[in-house]
Amino acid sequence: MPKVPYLKLTLASLAIGAVISVLMLQYDWMGDAASTAAGPIDTLLDWMIVLSSFTFSVVCVFLAYALYRFRVKPGDEGDGLPIHGNTRLEVIWTLIPTVIVLFAGGYSWIVLDEVESKEADPLIVNVYSQQFAWTFGYPGEGNKWSEGEFHVPVDRQVVFKMNAQDVIHSFWVPEWRIKQDNVPGITTDAVITPDREGTFQLVCTELCGAGHATMRATVVVESEQKFNKWLKGLDDTVPEGLYLTADQAIDLQKQIQKNSGGIDGSGIEQTGRKNVTSS
Amino acid sequence: MAHALKEPGWYRAALGTVIGAAFGFFLVVGLRLLAGLDAFQTEQTGYPQLVVPLITAPFGFLIGFGAFDYWFRWAAGKPTVPDDHSGHGATRWQDYFTFNTDHKVIGIQYIVTTFFFFFIGGVLALLIRAELAQPGTQVLDANLYNGVFSTHAVVMIFLFIIPMFAGIANYVLPIMIGAPDMAFPRLNALSFWLLPIAGLIFLGSFLAPGGSFDAGWTGYAPLSTGAPVGQSFFNIGVQFAGASSIATAINFLVTIITMRAPGMNLWRMPLLVWANLSTSLLVVGATPFIAGVQFMVFFDRIMGMNFFQFLEGGNVLSYQHIFWFYSHPAVYIMMLPGFGIISEVIATHARKPVFGYRLMALALLGIVVLAYSVWAHHMFVAGMFSWLRVPIMITTLLIAVPTGIKIFSWLGTLFYGKIHTYSTAMLFSLGFIVTFTVGGISGVMLGLVPLDIHMSDTYFVVAHIHFVLFGGSVFTIFAGIYHWFPKMTGRMYDERLGRVHFWGTMIGTWGTFIPQHWIGLDGMPRRVVDYATQYGDWNLVISVFSLVLGLAQLVFLYNMVVSWKWGPKAGDNPWRSKTIEWLVSSPPPTFNFDEIPRVVGGPYEYGTPGARHAIMGGEDAETSVPEPKPSTVAAPS
Repeated sequence: MPKVPYLKLTLASLAIGAVISVLMLQYDWMGDAASTAAGPIDTLLDWMIVLSSFTFSVVCVFLAYALYRFRVKPGDEGDGLPIHGNTRLEVIWTLIPTVIVLFAGGYSWIVLDEVESKEADPLIVNVYSQQFAWTFGYPGEGNKWSEGEFHVPVDRQVVFKMNAQDVIHSFWVPEWRIKQDNVPGITTDAVITPDREGTFQLVCTELCGAGHATMRATVVVESEQKFNKWLKGLDDTVPEGLYLTADQAIDLQKQIQKNSGGIDGSGIEQTGRKNVTSS
Repeated sequence: MAHALKEPGWYRAALGTVIGAAFGFFLVVGLRLLAGLDAFQTEQTGYPQLVVPLITAPFGFLIGFGAFDYWFRWAAGKPTVPDDHSGHGATRWQDYFTFNTDHKVIGIQYIVTTFFFFFIGGVLALLIRAELAQPGTQVLDANLYNGVFSTHAVVMIFLFIIPMFAGIANYVLPIMIGAPDMAFPRLNALSFWLLPIAGLIFLGSFLAPGGSFDAGWTGYAPLSTGAPVGQSFFNIGVQFAGASSIATAINFLVTIITMRAPGMNLWRMPLLVWANLSTSLLVVGATPFIAGVQFMVFFDRIMGMNFFQFLEGGNVLSYQHIFWFYSHPAVYIMMLPGFGIISEVIATHARKPVFGYRLMALALLGIVVLAYSVWAHHMFVAGMFSWLRVPIMITTLLIAVPTGIKIFSWLGTLFYGKIHTYSTAMLFSLGFIVTFTVGGISGVMLGLVPLDIHMSDTYFVVAHIHFVLFGGSVFTIFAGIYHWFPKMTGRMYDERLGRVHFWGTMIGTWGTFIPQHWIGLDGMPRRVVDYATQYGDWNLVISVFSLVLGLAQLVFLYNMVVSWKWGPKAGDNPWRSKTIEWLVSSPPPTFNFDEIPRVVGGPYEYGTPGARHAIMGGEDAETSVPEPKPSTVAAPS
């Protein structure tokens, strides 16, 4: 049997995996971070990038070597060696991936518990979503409410109570690394502690009809004083069901257009179609 | 003419379609008038006068076409008309347009039909990329865009990948196990003819009032229960595609279990047979769930039932549970047959037995079992009970283990082999290993709950599914088509054009789908007609590469058509393979064998002098060859 430098191949895989890892870790793949959850989640992604780089490089190195070494010579009509398997090897490549994925699973479980742990005295914000607009309520703060924009204070945990009023929508603030579907008929919730001031985008990530791409809202994280000042200026007579007409939703979309990263409201405007008859 | 209308065929089928449609139409209108209602109902979820004929017309077509003639006569106690064997097989191209019960004819029908839909789905994909090439909405408006990407997915899944594997196996599998045909040839023919019906219904939805179904291929309630009538086309089309799939799976199961040639025990079955056995176990168990859930949506829409109407006590989330209980196993339905193809191609072209054959077969069964326990990983942010997330995460991650076993075993097969890379089939198999590994890795990342919270419903998911479905399933389909093309047509394709196709597809796939990971992680949601301008540059790059990918497929089309007609004769066994389909002529004779072969060894006995997989009839003189014992072959230590 021809000699194969298995040790060298393994070392080459590790070296190439290390190079890929280092290169891949130079970049913040998930963009800016603005919540306490982002740290552990980004670290988990870094771990996965490293494990993935090594896995990918093992496959590529061994495949490339096989093609380099065992490619047939021109005119050779013969067969390869009649090797049917190797129990020890097969056990190894069953067990090692099992250990790796169980490590990833256990680690993820710890991260999940950490980012979802509840703190005392959170700010409660109600989220109402509809085609294609967001409305927010502050039940603990005298029932103030706001359309298309919400503010939260920095460094205080926020619990969002989400309600969809027609179809499923999804609440995503990429910088917070948090996403939660809004489901008609039930209230879903998400907890987050913003740790950086700034203005962000709330993005709808569940297909909800013609205006899905334009369904956004503005998120402002600011100091406690500014937040309280903003809250004072809000209306506190909550309209029935908080439900906007389609025209109101379009107007709202246009108001927040300046912060929407270039997305205008034309997605809903150009199709006058009724999307949902029920409800 | 009157005679033509009595005989099964296209004339009677046309008549049957008209009668079926008229029956459905007048049934609705008549009953409505009897009940004192308006004749027509045009609420966007209703249109019974359009939707009911959509169900009855296909049955009229099938009855007219002759799909049920034999069974009707038998059920009525009349003497049945046995199939005329002179009409078996296909001698002219017109024979492919008949209700033909020959598994090889049906295989070709499947393959050609599904490639037809592949190109339609591809054009829809390029429309999507044209719209997304720059920010803003230029090519398609938001409604049409939603319809186009929904139809793209449905056509590619239900009319290309799933039935394509059924088509390849239909042609190859019975010969591989030494059977003259499938167990139920008439059911087999019926399974095929359900497919074009499903395809026409899906595409016909573009003509429906309000446009095509546009709630995504997932059709989540309540967006789907309230959508215009095109959504009902989806509900109904899925029934036909699903019935086709289930009937074929039953056919494969019975064929594999009962019709193997003497001597072919389970551990002598080629891995393609193992793969289709596993796939069929998934189809019969899971497909009824999507059929059922689409009926529930349909009933909500047209009859005002309340399965998913949250204001009437319906449960919105239960749609997703039922849907994914099919649709996650469905991704293995779309992958396991491809695993089988890759094993055949790599063993043949590396001239070596598949490494760890038994573990490869057991890994398939392991995936079948695990596949039923991971559906809720699509729902980590859906608002389901939170305790289910961690257990589902663990089972999801464990699926990486049998999948990894397959990747490593293919690499093991290549080692100490004599690898031939002149065949485009082998190029696609090798390209598959690398590309699918990336799809598997991103799958593990998506399986981790904290990462999935950020990644779900972003372009990262789009990148992942296309790496596993295009880089996985479609690469294996091309490998299989190139591998068995000489067997099916008796002619050889042009390897030079094959290489152009391979490299174009490889570059197109990586260029299109790798950047989608990046923009997804960075914050671009999926299923959007418009996006923030910061993603404009990458989207342009993606669109350019998607054009490369599309153009490469035209090379494939040209190669297949021209080679089928004018390619050089291929010979019976151009790859010097060992499995039974290569021991018969190319194309194989009607009923495949004069005498059923005897199986005397494993399917991949390369490198063992004198070892054989099967002994064909009429080779009695050679039956004295001693049966090789693979277990005595030394394994490397």
